[in-house]
Amino acid sequence: MGSIVVDVMLKPEILDPQGQAVGGALPRLGFDGFTDVRQGKRFVLTVDGDVTDEHLTAAREAAETLLSNPVIEDVVSVRVLDGSEDGSEDGAEGGADGKGESEDGEQ
Amino acid sequence: MRIGVVTFPGSLDDRDAARAVRECGGEAVALWHGDADLKGVDAVILPGGFSYGDYLRCGAIARFAPVMDALVPAAKGGLPVLGICNGFQVLTESHLLPGALIRNDHRKFNCVDQRLVVENASTAWTSDFEAGQEITIVLKNGEGGYVADERTLDELEGEGRVVFRYVTDAEGRNPNGSYRDIAGITNARGNVVGLMPHPEHAVEAGYGPSLDGRGFFTSIITQTLESAANA
Repeated sequence: MGSIVVDVMLKPEILDPQGQAVGGALPRLGFDGFTDVRQGKRFVLTVDGDVTDEHLTAAREAAETLLSNPVIEDVVSVRVLDGSEDGSEDGAEGGADGKGESEDGEQ
Repeated sequence: MRIGVVTFPGSLDDRDAARAVRECGGEAVALWHGDADLKGVDAVILPGGFSYGDYLRCGAIARFAPVMDALVPAAKGGLPVLGICNGFQVLTESHLLPGALIRNDHRKFNCVDQRLVVENASTAWTSDFEAGQEITIVLKNGEGGYVADERTLDELEGEGRVVFRYVTDAEGRNPNGSYRDIAGITNARGNVVGLMPHPEHAVEAGYGPSLDGRGFFTSIITQTLESAANA
């Protein structure tokens, strides 16, 4: 059973009130080093068996039609989720522009 | 004069819209999101509410409902369509109208009697108003900020497709951060109109801030009767 990860973000020029609300809460908890917060969406699409090129093509199409609204959002990446579940990436296909995937730390 | 009112899962104001149609002399026809059937109506209203719980993005899932498979081509062919609040969000997600609606800039849900200026009184839904007329109807939403890129905004303004603008407060602010104070717009043909405020809540004495909402429904009824007479 494989999965594809689709990341969607509001375009940089679009106001993000949710991100602002989160950004406003951070200093109250003592996190005062962050100058801006933007909130996005992650979708995990699961398929039977391994992820094929057809699955990825379909996922990209779904990302552009239903999962994002091109007027206000960008599809940041569409990529295969590595089996190791914590999101550590195998870099397979898609617009995995190496961006933002530094989430292998802590938690 | 038969006006369809679509009910999606999560629609709230479908009954109010149907009632407004009847109050203004039309016949309201219930349309169901799951049926790709417009029942031969002369016009369609997409009502307010929270279709599909506003999940994903407001209007994003409703856009793919079977009834939209029938409505989108009909609207492109000239069928009058009015989207109110969530209905406006469905119209932008369907790309029948440009731009998008995002969360209010102040992040609070608004519920106010809102003054608007009618900028375009020649659409299917505004012909009973005068250009420049001020009306007051209810505005109630959390995601009513109208956004579009500069080119689209210029195009809308240049072609007279801004139908309603918010009257701003003393500080020059509109109620939700909409670009250029836009409250409602139309397509190039003038048959599809979307706005955030709710005309259907201002049609009956004793309810709502005015009777200004009646003009939306009488416009479409008059126009459809005239086009039937000329057919």
